[in-house]
Amino acid sequence: MESLRIPILKIGEVLIASIQTALHDSSAVQFKDDLLQRIYETRARGLIVDLTAVEVVDSFIARLISDIASMAGLMGTRVVITGLQPAVAITLVELGLELPQVLTALNLEKGLAALQRQIEESSDGAR
Amino acid sequence: MAQGKAAVIRSDLDIVIARTLARDTAKNMGFGAIDQARIATAVSELARNIFLYAGTGTVTVRELDRSGRRGIEIMCEDQGPGISNIEVVMQDGYSTSRGMGMGLPGAKRLMDEFEIRSHEGIGTTIVCRKWRV
Repeated sequence: MESLRIPILKIGEVLIASIQTALHDSSAVQFKDDLLQRIYETRARGLIVDLTAVEVVDSFIARLISDIASMAGLMGTRVVITGLQPAVAITLVELGLELPQVLTALNLEKGLAALQRQIEESSDGAR
Repeated sequence: MAQGKAAVIRSDLDIVIARTLARDTAKNMGFGAIDQARIATAVSELARNIFLYAGTGTVTVRELDRSGRRGIEIMCEDQGPGISNIEVVMQDGYSTSRGMGMGLPGAKRLMDEFEIRSHEGIGTTIVCRKWRV
């Protein structure tokens, strides 16, 4: 079966991807590859992965999210995960997967604001 | 007791089908949103184990009624290589180590009851249950 591609939108220097379907493992890996390729092509400085519509995050997806954040970080792109549902947050902690290295925000709006602050700070520092 | 519904695991797509079956059953039984997520996540971990370590197997979801107490039972069966050392795979930390993720301790924490039987060369059966509060 052809895996469903998740649209990756670009607004200014930020890429936004909102996961709207239940990801199976191979589509999740495809998503990671697509994201890194888009970061490379667009030179995006920030990435938001919105999980508002995601009802289950198991260890595989959690590891993938953590990998995306580390890999994008290596490319100089900051990542914010937004919109974790309460049930997903509880389940992740009970599974023992707290995503310690990953920046999170309550929703897309707060995530975008956090990301823009970080991008501004890092460009101040670079000057 | 109801017959239960089974999902055959042959590919990573079937992991999603199995956890959706469990989640829908839990929802229909009146489990709350958080328990639905716990049950679906546990099934996802167990179904992935079948796919990764045995290749194929089945996940059966049953509704339980023990003198008025309602619960959901998930039975995962495979004829895979089996687990040689159950104590080791049930250790916390083993599951989260990269590449070796069995997810079993995590799935156990998400459910109320968890039983595992495994014989090398014959296969593995895991039965877990969650009860409605």
